[in-house]
Amino acid sequence: MNALRSVFLRREAGIAVMIVLFVIAVGIAKPQFLTANEFRIILLLIPLILIGAMGEMLVLVARHVDLSIGSSQALAAIITGMMFKFMPGVPWPVGFVVAIGIGAAIGFANGALITLFRLPAIIVTLGTLNLYRGLTFIVSNAKQIDRQYIPSDLKAMSTGPVPWIIVIALGVALLTYWFANHTRVGRQVFALGSNPVAAPLRGIRVNAVTLMVFSISGALAGLTGILYASRWGFVNPSNTGSGFEFQVIAAVVIGGVSINGGVGSVLGVVLGVLLLGCVSAALPLLGIPGTAQSAIYGAVIIIALLIDRSVRQRGIAALAASRARA
Amino acid sequence: MAETPDTPLISARGIAKQFAAIEVLRDVDLDLRRGEIHALLGENGAGKSTFAKILAGVHRPTRGSIALNGQPVDISSPIAAQKLGITLIHQEPISFPDLSVAENLVLGRTDGAPLGRVPWTAMTRDARRLMDLLGVRIDVTKPMRGLSIADQQMVEIARALASDSRLIIMDEPTAPLTPKEVETLFTIARRLRDEGRTIIFISHRLEEVRALCDRVTIFRDGNKIATEDITSLTDADIIRLMIGRPLREYMHKQGATIGEVALKVDRLTKPGLFSDISLEVRKGEIVGLGGLVGAGRTDVARAIFGVAPASSGTVTVNGKAVVISEPSQAIDLGLAFVPEDRAVAGIFRTLSVEENITAAVPKKIAPGGIIRRVVEKTMAQDSVKRLRIRLASLRQPIGELSGGNQQKAILARWLLTDPDVLILDEPTRGIDIGVKAEFYEMIGELAASGRAILLISSELPELLALCDRVLVMSEGRLTADIPRADASQESIMSAAVPRSAGQAVAA
Repeated sequence: MNALRSVFLRREAGIAVMIVLFVIAVGIAKPQFLTANEFRIILLLIPLILIGAMGEMLVLVARHVDLSIGSSQALAAIITGMMFKFMPGVPWPVGFVVAIGIGAAIGFANGALITLFRLPAIIVTLGTLNLYRGLTFIVSNAKQIDRQYIPSDLKAMSTGPVPWIIVIALGVALLTYWFANHTRVGRQVFALGSNPVAAPLRGIRVNAVTLMVFSISGALAGLTGILYASRWGFVNPSNTGSGFEFQVIAAVVIGGVSINGGVGSVLGVVLGVLLLGCVSAALPLLGIPGTAQSAIYGAVIIIALLIDRSVRQRGIAALAASRARA
Repeated sequence: MAETPDTPLISARGIAKQFAAIEVLRDVDLDLRRGEIHALLGENGAGKSTFAKILAGVHRPTRGSIALNGQPVDISSPIAAQKLGITLIHQEPISFPDLSVAENLVLGRTDGAPLGRVPWTAMTRDARRLMDLLGVRIDVTKPMRGLSIADQQMVEIARALASDSRLIIMDEPTAPLTPKEVETLFTIARRLRDEGRTIIFISHRLEEVRALCDRVTIFRDGNKIATEDITSLTDADIIRLMIGRPLREYMHKQGATIGEVALKVDRLTKPGLFSDISLEVRKGEIVGLGGLVGAGRTDVARAIFGVAPASSGTVTVNGKAVVISEPSQAIDLGLAFVPEDRAVAGIFRTLSVEENITAAVPKKIAPGGIIRRVVEKTMAQDSVKRLRIRLASLRQPIGELSGGNQQKAILARWLLTDPDVLILDEPTRGIDIGVKAEFYEMIGELAASGRAILLISSELPELLALCDRVLVMSEGRLTADIPRADASQESIMSAAVPRSAGQAVAA
């Protein structure tokens, strides 16, 4: 049995256990948490985060970070929304092409700044976080796209027994899993993050891979933009995507992706998103005011990291012990 | 095939390389035969590594041409080199620690579409086959992280075999290996040679070159000085060619008078690492601490210095029983410790040479917490002069200095504390022969000035040349205390080899 993988399995099992314990604890306090309706609420909370998290995971695995995804979501959403508003003749599915295309272009721009000028991703995307948000205000003239302009077919994707946005999110997760684990380029992303010095010596085109992960992250942020319009039925230049990057990075890190690059699994991130979703859904039920949400989120991340750390240290100790025996 | 068996595998002509305005390689001509192990020797900066990296496609030559099997080739990148059958194995193998061994083996291979499915099962099977071929037991599904450096090198060699390399370049492969691992590496290297592959072997250790290599090329100051059969050169010849002058044998200064006991350690024990260690070092005395890597020597030093204190036993400094639970106490008591791995434990890479040198004496340079720039500068300048540290400026980051000069700067740092007891852990590992000789002289002078010196070293000639007494550790215990007169390579090694394995070595 692969020792490191078993550590990760343990880590993923660890998150799963945390989820179960959390659900049971909240369920005892507030039995209505265990109803199908509540489950639906949770499932509707997570698709956007899950899609964003898949892109962010690839970026973190490559030893970068993308802080701009919330603003990218907003810019893609607002432009798509304006298209719906001012060009009502355009068939609504074109909105997906527009949103994803804008997102990909934005992500590509991030990657280009990082690779061309050798700037750290955290600085570049901190800059573009503000830049893209500013552009959102400028193009929309700071006006919200109201409910009546969002195509009803699009809004319908967030309703029904199995809402489409959930299916799309799971599809993205499956595609990411396949990409990360079964393609040559996917492995190169892990290799790049694991040892950026060695990567070019092994023929990995570092700039191309970097551009690619940022483009993917941007494209997925763009996808969450149109799905935001579907889910909430409006696009607001200041609310849409606000704090999104924070939720996503939290989920990804809770899911076991190393901020030092090279390590991460789709399953872990899915579980991380799920845990975050459960916490979000439980807060209002438990009577915790919305104002306290940020603090709770922060605490959850730190607790998850502490648990992760102790699990991982035990795993490494076990690994060392098994080596010593061998 | 067009080429005759006598056509060299590689024929390099007029290879030159400039970095910025500095010429690091001048018009080197070199032929490599098929099925030979060819040593490249020279001090750091002599150009041997640059030459090897040009063959491996890491650097491109400024001038010159390379022919492979008589055909001119352009080695434009490491991948191009790989395709031509040339693989460079780095000293600290460059790998991807989070990826599995099998994944590391295939990374860089370019067959198949980028988004095509990777055939994991077949890949794992191939990787296992390669490991069997090399006769090493490595689980290819395990991540590289956690593999010993020796095993990581084996993976690199397996990678060379996977691409059927004709030329394998090993850049100082043995420095981080234990003697047993070196033997395994040599066995494999010889086998690869007998299969008709060519190996370039870069090392500082003459005895290894002698044991392994067929021919040797010596570099000095960017020039190729000579290419000879190894059997036609004596060690003295090689050193003379390397440094351009004969090296005077360092002779132990008998002059130092040995005085009071400066450091006394009694029954020091730390379970799992070492037990029952008792030793004394007197003023003016150089006591060697030999043994194999992993015998616990560094752990004892770290325990004495308070980095990782022992769980039982006593330490006496200058006649006073002391308890040292952290390094600052050790420094106050007049102890100094120059650690083995300077990159990890010694230097502050991004700080200046000056700041590195004065790092151990904060109170002297900053009385009251405010740094006196003038004092700092004077102290650093004196040290640089005294230890002949070669640098461009005191303000330059220490990481830019050569290994030997970094090591001197660390030594300078500790000398500033004016220690009574100096513990040196592998002080000359990986530094040039010329600088080594300077180091030996300095260590001798330090002892002559009345300091007690505990010298941990894996290099037997170093222990024999410098020490008044040699202590030997094996598996966490002291196994010998050999006075200078009786010390020999044999007496040290026989005490260093673990009991359990001793039989096999003796046989």
